[in-house]
Amino acid sequence: MDTVPADGLLSASWLLIALPLAGAAVLLLGGRRTDRWGHLLGTATVAIAFVIALACAFSLDDRQVAVHLFTFIDTGSLEVDAGLLFDPLSAVFALLITGVGALIHVYSIGYMAHDPRRRRFFAYLNLFVAAMLLLVLGDNYVALYVGWEGVGLASYLLIAFWHERPAAATAAKKAFIMNRVGDVGLALAIFVMFAQLGTVTYEGVFGSVGLLAGGTVTAIGLLLLLGACGKSGQFPLQAWLPDAMEGPTPVSALIHAATMVTAGVYLIARSAPIYDLTETARTVVLVVGAVTLMIGAIAGCAYDDIKKVLAYSTVSQIGYMFLAVGLGPVGYAAAIAHLLTHGFFKAGLFLGAGSVMHAMDDQVDMRRFGGLARKLPITFVTFGLGYLALIGFPFLSGYWTKDAIIEAALDRGGVSGWVLGGVAVLGAGLTAFYMTRLMLMTFFGRARWAPSAPGRPAPHPHESPSVMTVPMVVLSVGSVAAGFLLVQVFPLDEWLAPVFGEPHEAEHVIAPAVVATVVTAVMVLGVLAAWLFVGRREVPVVAPERVSVVTRAARKALYADAINESLFMRPGQWLTRALVWVDNRGVDGAVNGLAAGLGGSSSRLGRAQTGFVRTYAMGMLGGAVLVAGALLAVTAG
Amino acid sequence: MIEAPDLDYAALAPLLFLFGAACIGVLVEAFARREVRHPVQLAVALVGTVGGFLSAILLASTRELSGDGADVTAGDALAVDGAGIFLQATIAGLGALSILLFAERALDPARSSFVAAAAVPAGSPRDRELLTSERVQTEVYPLATFALGGMMLFVAANDLLVMFVALEVLSLPLYLMCGLARRRRLLSQEAAVKYFLLGAFASAFFLYGLALVYGATGSVRLSAVQEAVTDGGGDTLLVLGLALLIVGLMFKASVAPFHTWTPDVYQGAPTPVTAFMAACTKVAAFGAILRLLYVGFGTDEWTWRPLIYGIAIVSMIVGAVLGLTQTDLKRMLAYSSIAHAGFLLTGVLGFDATGDSPGLSATMFYLLVYGLTTIGAFAVLTMIRDGDGEATHLSSWAGLAQRSPVIAAVMTLFLLALAGIPLTSGFTGKFAVFRAAIDDGAWPLVVVALLTSAVAAFFYLRVVVLMYFSEPAPDGPTVGVPGLPTTIVLAVTAAATLVLGVVPGSVLDLAGQAANLVG
Repeated sequence: MDTVPADGLLSASWLLIALPLAGAAVLLLGGRRTDRWGHLLGTATVAIAFVIALACAFSLDDRQVAVHLFTFIDTGSLEVDAGLLFDPLSAVFALLITGVGALIHVYSIGYMAHDPRRRRFFAYLNLFVAAMLLLVLGDNYVALYVGWEGVGLASYLLIAFWHERPAAATAAKKAFIMNRVGDVGLALAIFVMFAQLGTVTYEGVFGSVGLLAGGTVTAIGLLLLLGACGKSGQFPLQAWLPDAMEGPTPVSALIHAATMVTAGVYLIARSAPIYDLTETARTVVLVVGAVTLMIGAIAGCAYDDIKKVLAYSTVSQIGYMFLAVGLGPVGYAAAIAHLLTHGFFKAGLFLGAGSVMHAMDDQVDMRRFGGLARKLPITFVTFGLGYLALIGFPFLSGYWTKDAIIEAALDRGGVSGWVLGGVAVLGAGLTAFYMTRLMLMTFFGRARWAPSAPGRPAPHPHESPSVMTVPMVVLSVGSVAAGFLLVQVFPLDEWLAPVFGEPHEAEHVIAPAVVATVVTAVMVLGVLAAWLFVGRREVPVVAPERVSVVTRAARKALYADAINESLFMRPGQWLTRALVWVDNRGVDGAVNGLAAGLGGSSSRLGRAQTGFVRTYAMGMLGGAVLVAGALLAVTAG
Repeated sequence: MIEAPDLDYAALAPLLFLFGAACIGVLVEAFARREVRHPVQLAVALVGTVGGFLSAILLASTRELSGDGADVTAGDALAVDGAGIFLQATIAGLGALSILLFAERALDPARSSFVAAAAVPAGSPRDRELLTSERVQTEVYPLATFALGGMMLFVAANDLLVMFVALEVLSLPLYLMCGLARRRRLLSQEAAVKYFLLGAFASAFFLYGLALVYGATGSVRLSAVQEAVTDGGGDTLLVLGLALLIVGLMFKASVAPFHTWTPDVYQGAPTPVTAFMAACTKVAAFGAILRLLYVGFGTDEWTWRPLIYGIAIVSMIVGAVLGLTQTDLKRMLAYSSIAHAGFLLTGVLGFDATGDSPGLSATMFYLLVYGLTTIGAFAVLTMIRDGDGEATHLSSWAGLAQRSPVIAAVMTLFLLALAGIPLTSGFTGKFAVFRAAIDDGAWPLVVVALLTSAVAAFFYLRVVVLMYFSEPAPDGPTVGVPGLPTTIVLAVTAAATLVLGVVPGSVLDLAGQAANLVG
């Protein structure tokens, strides 16, 4: 479908980005003067942006609307316009970001009430919302990249928000580095597109990508996937996401569950015309999705930290989405639908976890919870609804959208269809297990409360204030109803048809009713298993040491950190040390030896921290010899 | 009978402004009373640099410099072409900003970054007496204008011999200026001696290369060298000459492995001089590199391409990795400068002998944005002080945002730009040079460049984190209230860093139009 210029309200869609950005600027530059009303301003900008997004979406009636802002770069051969593209896909994302974003802003007013730096927190949240909206609304890959870096920066700042905790600083560093690895992939993909096609706009790239050689398209697809894996915490770059839970809980809910981490899914879905042309890249996406799905689910079963369990659950659920987009045209709409419902129930679960931590004096160890259902009734009910939605309890959100993905995987047919479908069904069972375990350990059983740190008073759990519970209630309504609404009432695949093409009824390998029954049965098995292993007996307050190899591996998140460390971190450290050594001592030592051999005739001309002038001159001479040698070798050869 | 060559005075106006100001500056030094010298010298230097800047712009707007409009003058010794004028304007503009930094008198309780009397032995009773005196070694202004004139001559030289003369004209004042710090004088003098010795060593390389090229081609004119190269590419003498010329130029551009002087000299020199060197010298050296490679050896690009490729990688890795371990901000920015030299070389590789070379405009744009950001970053450095002068150790920057949110925000902007984060000029510049390299098929180099810029981003952001997320030390440094000159510099550089990141179109366009070399 052709893109038309924006008219009426839609031409004001740039306000979506400008409002939160202005909010962030006012809060950051205004200093302490804005302390008293800063949080209200921050919340208001996002809420107004939500209203605008809603109005824009209604006036869209399945067109794709371009908003030209200004020319960003224009130098003869390279022209990058700063423009926005408001189409059904970006509309869906804009609604999710501003909608869930506004709720989480409201919740944060209560959650951060006692933090002296609350204004700064809201400034960063506003900055994040602005960058994320730019990411999904830009009409070209460079705008996407700008937003991509922006959300990375905001995420970094927010993970390290409580920087006085060393774990938070380390986690921020880790998130930053692993994201940069992914960003290199994305940047390269953009450069390759530009070099080959001469354009970076979606319209231009998708229009001419068919003319490229297959290998190039596959390379672009794989590079984009690398970027997506970094941002979305997918295998092999998944290890940063659980650590990112060191940030304040509203951040975990908004950035590391509902929105930013789904940017990878957006990137691949947006680049659908590229992936449609490359079976190889699509297969890799499938494999990444399936592997991550299992890693996340297995690790989720072993952790005792409530937020880490939810984080691995996020990793696993995004794995489902990757699996879906990897399936090609049949899966795109299913992936986006699951992304939306996941945004609701996972944000709700995180806010619930935050409420529990609020009540328990920032304790996160589930072995120290128990029996909270009666103390925190609203949290229990809303969290419980989110839990049911996540495990795919019939007719709640997760049931509709996860089933759609499992069906699509099975419909692929052949061995791969069975394997992928099997993995997806098994993942659903594991999800039911670890989430039930979490519920049982937190809300049921005997109270195992203890002071969160030595010297602190024992916690007296209390329900959170209504500024926190209201957003949780709203999100739980979404967790219950969103799936039904998106699949049955306002089918998302028809809304997205201008982007992904008309939905068509797939040939079912297995009847949908059978699939639904089997998935539900596996889910029930998972719940029962959790009850057998966790619910029936007393939960030990200290994690048992003598456990099987499988549990031990799961507790280490399948050794992802160890692998990363030995593959990337150690060689990096070695390189640094080696270079520093050469810089400080190596050359110097060699020269000292040489000088001694020659009688040490040269006098010391001056001494600074790193060495002597003669050392430097020797280095230059060496360099000059290399340069001359290299040039001669080139000409001779 | 030797005929005097024709001089195109309009085309030489930017140079004449600078050298004129320098000569007047020397006279002022001799005849003006000591009390009025500082303001007079400042006025002369500013008139010279701003005049040079404006006349270069006027020249560019009134003349057709692209295509056949590019010309030579002064007996073919000087080029009058788009790239030359663009770089001259850049140098003069950055030079004017540096001179403003020199003139700052409000920050240091000792009233200036420059020594009162350079000839007084460091640490002597007289020296201690003069520490807080009103006097300043005002010779720094004519020295700076001479250096700027040399740099502008350097980028316009159409002749290797003129290039060598320009190299010396720009280098000698720089050596002196490095030794003029008012505080930590021994460190400063040591830096000056080191820079001088190594600079002389590098000049010798350049001169030897020049002699070899002359021996091989019978001429020092770049166009003549080009003809000789086209006729008989692989002549050993010529290639060896090229190698030595490259060594000489790479030294000035502080490209690894010829970078060893950079950290020591950047650290020891007075900070305004460091800003001056980091910005202006870089522009001048790369201007000469572009001219030598594109004009002189452009028809034989496969001789130098693999070499530049390798040097770029080495420079990026050395700069980025060693930057990680630095604890002194001036040294960190020195390693950053080495890494940026590598990124610039990436742009230099975007050369296409047959068509228009995107590398030329990309490199020129990068030089402009890097120069502006660097001057800004060093200007911030001059403001953070403790009892002992500037506090450049990383630890003393902890919690700066709480003391002075505006200065922390400005520094953050510069650091983000150096890291190449989007919406700052650094991103646009990197985008331009990487694209130029990719256009020419150098994508493995761009992969390395992206990885090293990711590494380098880490040490820039570490400073940001330190400023915002750490508790300030109880006896930490103070943030000085800058006078008008530093305020102007900060305003201009910060605005430029932001504007060239958000709407770089017109300036990129300008660099694109200016991208031609006479040859």
